Amino acid sequence: MSLEQFKNRNVGTQHYKMLDLGESPKTPWCRFKRVMKRTFKGELFVGLWVTMREMINALFRGEMHTVKYPFEKLPISPRYRAIHEMLRLLESGHYRCIGCGLCEKICISNCIAMETRYDENQRKEVSEYTINFGRCIFCGYCAEVCPELAIVHGPRYENASEQRASFALFEDMLTPIDKLNLQQEYPGFGAPTPYADENIKKTPLAY
Amino acid sequence: METTLAENLPQVTAAGVIIKAIIILAVISAIAGFGTYIERKVLAFMQRRLGPMHVGPYGLLQIAADGIKLFTKEDIIPQNANKLIFAIAPAITAATAFIALAAVPVFPDFTIPEWVPLLGGTFVPSIASDNNVGILFVLGMMAAGLYGPLLAGMAQANKWGIIGAARTAIQFLSYEVVTGLSILAPIMIVGSLSFVDFNNYQQGGIENWLIWKQPVAFVLFLIAGFAETNRTPFDLLEHEAEVVSGYATEYSGMRWGMFFIGEYANMITISVIAAIVFLGGYAAESMFGWLFIMLKIAFFFFLMLWVRAAWPHVRPDQLMWLCWKVLMPIAVINVLITAIVMMV
Ligand code: SF4
Ligand code: SF4
Repeated sequence: MSLEQFKNRNVGTQHYKMLDLGESPKTPWCRFKRVMKRTFKGELFVGLWVTMREMINALFRGEMHTVKYPFEKLPISPRYRAIHEMLRLLESGHYRCIGCGLCEKICISNCIAMETRYDENQRKEVSEYTINFGRCIFCGYCAEVCPELAIVHGPRYENASEQRASFALFEDMLTPIDKLNLQQEYPGFGAPTPYADENIKKTPLAY
Repeated sequence: METTLAENLPQVTAAGVIIKAIIILAVISAIAGFGTYIERKVLAFMQRRLGPMHVGPYGLLQIAADGIKLFTKEDIIPQNANKLIFAIAPAITAATAFIALAAVPVFPDFTIPEWVPLLGGTFVPSIASDNNVGILFVLGMMAAGLYGPLLAGMAQANKWGIIGAARTAIQFLSYEVVTGLSILAPIMIVGSLSFVDFNNYQQGGIENWLIWKQPVAFVLFLIAGFAETNRTPFDLLEHEAEVVSGYATEYSGMRWGMFFIGEYANMITISVIAAIVFLGGYAAESMFGWLFIMLKIAFFFFLMLWVRAAWPHVRPDQLMWLCWKVLMPIAVINVLITAIVMMV
């Protein structure tokens, strides 16, 4: 998709519809005529009818808009950026994070803190990983930069709690190992597109 | 009282009037409280919302919750306010609203059955005080009620309050002339200021209603009534989007609640006047007459809420322009034409 239309900041020439407001009256006679026209146009009654129609719609045609929030919830977009989740590899159950530190580096509010070390197999192992959700602005850069799709934004937007800490540790964000079969692949921000395979090219190494 | 139909009715005693006054106070306060619930529900439905839902079935007990909140809230009097005036201003609004209701027929008259101890056999009239200048009295009382917002706004040492008070004055100067002139034409036709006479004049079917003879006066009176009760197209006094809460900015707790009750009582009064003067009133002989007038009053009440949901409100200068340059000439012409027709 071309980004052309998003980069066009020249708002004056876009698809704006100009309202035909007509001429403003000049002579007292014209003004009088306008008053008369507005007086007898019945627009006020159109307004009354519209609200009455909406009331009938709401009461008798089941078009009530209210979502009783804690009892009913609207579906959220897969691109919604709520509290982060750390995903696991589906095959081995090991966490996907390879400790590359890119998310820590890119985080613009500096709220990711991580420590890594080599384990006995000389693999990078994450020993500490916390996100300070008091500072996180949920920009999604960490999810976008992560090469492994290890850190993603989950759908958990109800994050009122007594303790910030109850969201912020690696273990809290990591998919529980017994829920591994329920782990959803992340379709949102920074995830591969549905046609990612077709777009893969060989890295041109020959100079 | 040569004008009433009281000849064939029992004697009105002081006890009856006092009972009536207590009934009016209790029932109208309750209806005013219930009116807030109705208003929220109707506005909500018109915007396809649910309105209050959680206190009681369908939110019916919301009034109780609000009442408890209002009664137990701290009553704050701001530091630089004129304490005396600040304290009595809400009472003016509420009291005048109820005093106005004294001259309005609100419920059917009845006699307390004999077996009731102490009060048995007392006749309770439908009008607490059936004086022969009923309409003038009611309109005068409602006009006096505007002293409430005026004094409240000026006493509270708050700029929004001052603006609210200034707007009260503007509103007062605007609509009062229209109210008087618009209702003058029906008064000329009936030849009396008593509500009972208005009611009697229109008996015998819909075709006798004054609205058919005086449609212009009806519309004018309705417009002025909306201004008088401070309802939406003319709710300048406390329009939240512009002047925070206008004259009520510094009020809290029960004092604020008294303004509210006064406003709703005024809405009911205006509805009653419109129903009696223009829509045929009540037929005192049958219970159905009272049922019908309840329906008419309810319709006017609903109309106020409906209009609030549908229409934007006007600027103070537009209100003044409308009242003095449009409505007053129309009202005067209406009175003139009525007079000419009556003379011919
Ligand atoms: S969403 Fe943005 S602010 Fe929050 S942790 Fe990721 S990069 Fe940092
Ligand atoms: S960018 Fe991804 S893989 Fe790298 S440290 Fe962060 S979460 Fe782990």
